[in-house]
Amino acid sequence: MPRPGFVLDVDRSTPPTLFWHGEQFRTERLPTGSRIIYPPEPLAALEDIDGAIRHALLNPLGDSQPLPSLLTSGMKLTICFDDISLPLPPMQRPDIRQRVIEAVLDMAADAGVDDVVLIAALALHRRMTEPELRHALGDRVYDSFAPSGRLTQLDAEDPEQMLHLGTTDQGEDVEISKRAATSDLIVYVNINLVAMDGGHKSVATGLASYRSLKHHHNVRTLQHSRSLMDQKRSELHTSNWRMGRHIAAQGIKIFQIETTMNTNTFPDQFSFLMKREWEWTARDRMSYMAVSRSLDRTPSRLRTTIFQGIKSPHQMTSVQAGEVEAVHEVTTANVHRQQLVEVEGQTDILTMGLPYICPYNVNSVMNPILVACLGLGYFFNLYRNKPLVREGGVLIMHHPTPRAFHPVHHPSYIDFFDQVLAQTTDPLEIEAKFETSFATDPWYIHLYRTSHAYHGVHPFYMWYWCAHALQHLGMVIIVGGDPKSVRRLGFKPASTLSDALEMASDVVGPSPTLTHLHAPPLLIADVK
Amino acid sequence: MKALVYERSIPKFAAARVASALGGAGSRVGPLHLTDVDEPALPGPGWHRVRPRLAGICGSDLATVDAKSSRWFEGVVSFPFVPGHEVVGDLDDGTRVVLEPVLACAARGIDPPCDACAAGDNGNCERISFGCLEPGLQTGYCADTGGGWSHALVAHDSQLHTVPDAMSDEAAVMVEPAACATHAVQSSAIPEGAVVAVLGAGTLGLCSIAALRRLALPGTVIAGAKHDVQRRLAADLGADVVVAPGEMARAVRRQTRSLSVDGRLTGGADVVVDCVGSADSLEQALAVVRPKGTIVLVGMPGSVRVDLTPLWQREIRLVGSYAYRHTTFATAFELVAESRLERLVSALYPLERWREALDHAAASGRRGAVKIAFDLRSTKKRSAKP
Repeated sequence: MPRPGFVLDVDRSTPPTLFWHGEQFRTERLPTGSRIIYPPEPLAALEDIDGAIRHALLNPLGDSQPLPSLLTSGMKLTICFDDISLPLPPMQRPDIRQRVIEAVLDMAADAGVDDVVLIAALALHRRMTEPELRHALGDRVYDSFAPSGRLTQLDAEDPEQMLHLGTTDQGEDVEISKRAATSDLIVYVNINLVAMDGGHKSVATGLASYRSLKHHHNVRTLQHSRSLMDQKRSELHTSNWRMGRHIAAQGIKIFQIETTMNTNTFPDQFSFLMKREWEWTARDRMSYMAVSRSLDRTPSRLRTTIFQGIKSPHQMTSVQAGEVEAVHEVTTANVHRQQLVEVEGQTDILTMGLPYICPYNVNSVMNPILVACLGLGYFFNLYRNKPLVREGGVLIMHHPTPRAFHPVHHPSYIDFFDQVLAQTTDPLEIEAKFETSFATDPWYIHLYRTSHAYHGVHPFYMWYWCAHALQHLGMVIIVGGDPKSVRRLGFKPASTLSDALEMASDVVGPSPTLTHLHAPPLLIADVK
Repeated sequence: MKALVYERSIPKFAAARVASALGGAGSRVGPLHLTDVDEPALPGPGWHRVRPRLAGICGSDLATVDAKSSRWFEGVVSFPFVPGHEVVGDLDDGTRVVLEPVLACAARGIDPPCDACAAGDNGNCERISFGCLEPGLQTGYCADTGGGWSHALVAHDSQLHTVPDAMSDEAAVMVEPAACATHAVQSSAIPEGAVVAVLGAGTLGLCSIAALRRLALPGTVIAGAKHDVQRRLAADLGADVVVAPGEMARAVRRQTRSLSVDGRLTGGADVVVDCVGSADSLEQALAVVRPKGTIVLVGMPGSVRVDLTPLWQREIRLVGSYAYRHTTFATAFELVAESRLERLVSALYPLERWREALDHAAASGRRGAVKIAFDLRSTKKRSAKP
């Protein structure tokens, strides 16, 4: 029986605490009286994954019929799947998507469905490469569909590929993939790494255009999403739900397949990352020392290669299929079952070590904007009820934050960093002054459509993702970050945690409470 | 009187060139030295003695001191000369004046004047080596007139502009560089709404930004600035986008919504104002200007090696902008006052500390400065007679 998450009160006997520091690690001795929130141990994986998938397809939730009865010869079937941003790190083969899609295709073949197209639900993310698609879908699926052009990636900037389905009762444009919208059935294959994923967000966001996304990917919505991991208190999700229901009202049929994973995040050589420090064995300590010291001596490019090569041993803990909302309710419960940790009250200072990866730098570079988004957009939002840190409190993050960008994947990020953040870090001002010109820039659009670039507007969304935290926090400090980059983000650089705590005391007073979020593996703090 | 004198000395010229190439200051080994000289004689009627109050150090002065100037100037200067052409000073009757340094037909007693002077284009005078004066394209390069880096020079009526009482000396010393920028903008016919890139944010670059904002109607002004103080001033003077020099191409691409092929823009800025004049800046100008666009060369270039293929293939216009028309100064006075360009004057040095002054000017951006000038307002020095 895996142990649940745990909140440790730091005392004098507590060993130094592990902090992620990008592609390196640090240990810090936290002040006595601090709290450390550890994620729950991994839930047991499903024993018969293929059997569970088949069971889910045959026993759908909500008012959906079993998948085989929705499949008929001569129909138009579109299978959409989550892109490279999930799961994190990418999982060991076979990927969940491959298993699910193979099961769906088997049933489609049995029913004589010929018109089948696969769409990577990119929204405005970068196009995946062939190796990435092969990894997600498996060689069999790739080789069956790619050569004939039936394995596609959403091009939300091709007007011929998109269909405007009208507006919601709140005036939100709903524009999604025409192929999907005109199909007899959409099967959406999802991976729910965190509670934010899935539900109506899968189709309403994953298959949508900028015209549609801007209705919920904006500062106001993100400031009122408290948190992004709590669908019922998230404006982002409320908007997606309106759009999803609008899509359903147009007669578009969606068969949603959602999966959840356990927190078995890192392979054996990094097993110390999955343990609580005081439980480290001699082998764990030696392993940590060896890994940490060799990483410190490794050139950064090689470090990136090592970390980006990590394939996670994530295991599936549930799979459910059928009607979108009914499915998502069960999925969310399963995510919570794995990730929720009860925490009593807020803290003055929240510390966190930021890892090397976020949804948008798989096989890429963690640039400073992504650092900000990972800390303020994602980790800050890993809460339910109330943020872990009190309003006006301080967030201290560990990350080297170099001024490094992937020129192919993140071209608009470079300009955003150099030209936008140089002028202002205020999300509202950025949105008003710069968003449209980046979103409609023909060069970014060209690179998004033909290369492997995130859309021109994507760095704005990263910054909006931070909007709630920026509004909530009194100060953000990055320990060990490149000072110029950190200042450009509008944050304060500190050389050591001690320096950071000293700086924080100007905001929260001399005897603050401190909580450390020990992630990843991921958790959701249920703050009472 | 004390004056900084630049003499013709091939060995010292060579030493300055080597020293500057090695990163040292040409001023320490070159032909420039502080010495006692006679005040220059008045060449004739219409000439006045000017006792400088402030005299700026310009990029072209530094090139001269470091022996980096083009050999092009050999026929249009005369030795020995006292440098210094950015001058505010007093006439003997106490009138405060700004010097218009070009030594054109009127100053040289040439009548009728050349076509350029007749048209008011003093800067393009065809007689700068003729007439009653030794050759010299400007005061500060002519053996007969003296220059601003001293306690006295002579100037012709046609070279003098009275300074309004309300204008400070620091503002007045900025009028001449402001006139250069004014001329560059006025003669470039900047189209309304144009995207203009300004390369370099030293004195000329910053004055050009101010002039663009007040004398033309560009849509977007993008400034390339290396140092923090330059960035701040560029934005304050009206640049819409201020970037590090290495970011210029990305900034222009974004503002013009250009595409890019192998790192080269398919479009670009309508006008590029190159206030640096180096091979690198010209190369950058050619890289960021649009097809059929215009590069205005304001910074003094010297001998440079540049691939002109884009100029040919994209039918780019490369135009020089030197000095000004006589009437430019009236506008320059207004520009200085309206843009408060006196704030560009960062440090003043007495003549005796000329080496420090030149070192400071040569490293102005790095040291958080823009315009360095000599302060010659000591009455004791001014009244000293040879």
